[in-house]
Amino acid sequence: MMAQSFRHALFCGVITLIIAWPILGLKLVAEGTSITVRGADAFTWAAVAVAAVVVFTFQLFRDRLMGRLEVLQALNPLANREPLPDAKRIRLENIGMVLLIAVALVWPFLVSRGSVDLATLVLIYIMLALGLNVVVGLAGLLDLGYVAFYAVGAYTFALLSSYWGVSFWMALPIGALLAALFGLVLGFPVLRLRGDYLAIVTLGFGEIIRILLNNWTSLTGGPNGIGGIPDPTLFGMEFGRRVRGEGNVSFHETFGIPYSSEHKVIFLYLIALVLAVFTALVIRRLMRMPVGRSWEALREDEIAARSLGLSRTGVKLSAFTIGAFFAGFAGTVFASKQGFISPESFVFLESAIILAIVVLGGMGSQLGVILAAIAVTILPELAREFAEYRMLIFGAAMVLMMVWRPQGLLPMRRRHIKLKGV
Amino acid sequence: MLEVQNLSMRFGGLLAVDQVSLDVQEREVVSIIGPNGAGKTTVFNCLSGFYRPTGGRILLDGREIQGKPDYRISRLGLVRTFQHVRLFNRMTVVENLMVAQHRHLNTNLLSGLIATPGYRSREQKALDRAAYWLERVGLLELANRDAGNLAYGQQRRLEIARCMVTEPRILMLDEPAAGLNPAETRELNQLIVSLKEDYNVSVVLIEHDMSLVMGISDRINVISQGRPLASGTPEEIRSNDEVIKAYLGEA
Ligand SMILES: Nc1ncnc2c1ncn2[C@@H]1O[C@H](COP(=O)(O)OP(=O)(O)O)[C@@H](O)[C@H]1O
Ligand SMILES: [Mg+2]
Repeated sequence: MMAQSFRHALFCGVITLIIAWPILGLKLVAEGTSITVRGADAFTWAAVAVAAVVVFTFQLFRDRLMGRLEVLQALNPLANREPLPDAKRIRLENIGMVLLIAVALVWPFLVSRGSVDLATLVLIYIMLALGLNVVVGLAGLLDLGYVAFYAVGAYTFALLSSYWGVSFWMALPIGALLAALFGLVLGFPVLRLRGDYLAIVTLGFGEIIRILLNNWTSLTGGPNGIGGIPDPTLFGMEFGRRVRGEGNVSFHETFGIPYSSEHKVIFLYLIALVLAVFTALVIRRLMRMPVGRSWEALREDEIAARSLGLSRTGVKLSAFTIGAFFAGFAGTVFASKQGFISPESFVFLESAIILAIVVLGGMGSQLGVILAAIAVTILPELAREFAEYRMLIFGAAMVLMMVWRPQGLLPMRRRHIKLKGV
Repeated sequence: MLEVQNLSMRFGGLLAVDQVSLDVQEREVVSIIGPNGAGKTTVFNCLSGFYRPTGGRILLDGREIQGKPDYRISRLGLVRTFQHVRLFNRMTVVENLMVAQHRHLNTNLLSGLIATPGYRSREQKALDRAAYWLERVGLLELANRDAGNLAYGQQRRLEIARCMVTEPRILMLDEPAAGLNPAETRELNQLIVSLKEDYNVSVVLIEHDMSLVMGISDRINVISQGRPLASGTPEEIRSNDEVIKAYLGEA
């Protein structure tokens, strides 16, 4: 036993050395026109050695250390608490939601322009996470390429507006429906796959879309992206200093107030808020409808569900398509907010972050997902000094979360229909 | 109305079901008996579309249904329970019955989202039907409990109710009396008789409890090691020497 863990620890230590040596130990230095390879300074070498020793020691005592972590879980008073009774939990969640929306409504009028902008981004992530939650949390399908549908929504708006001058409000449903169509077409062949295989195929699909956007230069502009995406209008009123669209008027002139660039930011934020609330309400309703019930049933016992006439592919496809729909929704808002999009905004890391939000939030509970979206988007902004360590902190938080509260912040329970009078 | 001709199912080298034939008429209780491992559950799995039989034909109203996907077969009115109860444990009792009525509900997303009158009336009907069957199997008071928290006998009854709300034509029960106490078995007996007489359902029954089988079956099929051994009325089976030797004798 001891010999085995010693060998394992030694192996891990050596691997650390092998990986760290070329990455940290060798440096490419530009000298005039040529590039030479230099060794790093003594300090870096010492650091690499220390890292290897740390990994070795940790692996050697890993079992004992992990045992300690369980103590950590025992320290958590909430870890094993009985879940609240349904009625009470639902009331608390509703109160939480109403409070959140109230805060969200007054938020833009209290804080700086930058904060409003950030809050808009949070709302976009909330839409994305709520949509992915349908796929992962409710239907139990691990989708690692969710960002592809986000990209479809964003690029739909960008292309429609640059080729045909289509406005935001027209593009919003088109982008969402097109993303849903992509979900339907992709989902049909791959949803027969189980678990890990599905994850890999969706991961691949996400990358394919990004690479396609990157290389189809004639249409998408490739890595240069597409710019000049118009802002949303309010009943034909534009928020820019000068009116761009034909037949539009400008907001500040209509109301006879001085121009302020803040109007536009706040307006975009409010649109995102309305759409996020819309997303939450629609998905909430879907969960109580036959389709939501069939998602849960298929996740609970697939064989029983099929024996009662539920088609596995049909049920999963519905979740996949609905999830994609809301990603397209969010993508359109994102394109409008940025005014410029490029494939760089739709890398795998985005999928990973959205998935992390869903997992942290508790796989299915809407309030949990919303709180997690806020935390995951805002914390890195607050800790700017640690920006370089962002991913490290993120990873550590995930690991701690899995140890401390594996069921997520607020684990979900779908609200069940009640039989009255019993 | 259901006719099985020379059904065979091979798993690699094992011929689990070998040339089994049986037929089920309207309002009939047909039993399949045989020792453990005889291939009874495998017959059910072929009938319900979980397995694609390697030989033979299954006809429902004269139309071949072997190899059709399971969910389609269930929609044709051929519904089953499982030897090991399979409920949606973390869903409530009434939700279990609502899932089963998926097809009776209005599944149009748009009409559901805005809750049109048509949608609501269908949902109400489904709830009423669920309540009716819960009452019928004595689980009405437990309607809003989690299915996983029910006692074993209650879970068995819920599984039958869940099949019945789909309004099946043929109900296939896989060892429904296993693990029930004598009182519960008597209730089950009455329930099966009533399904046939009051609801015009045909029942295919796999069961080891001989008094139950002999009491309610119109016809019995005996299989042993995958092969059909005998078939006939309970009296014929009771007096069949081969059956006594192979099966009843041991019990
Ligand atoms: N999916 C399967 N793969 C391989 N062998 C199976 C499979 N299902 C059943 N069998 C075998 O078929 C035989 C019949 O099993 P089963 O139909 O469950 O018997 P019974 O229900 O009559 O007790 C057993 O020997 C069993 O091991
Ligand atoms: Mg069996």
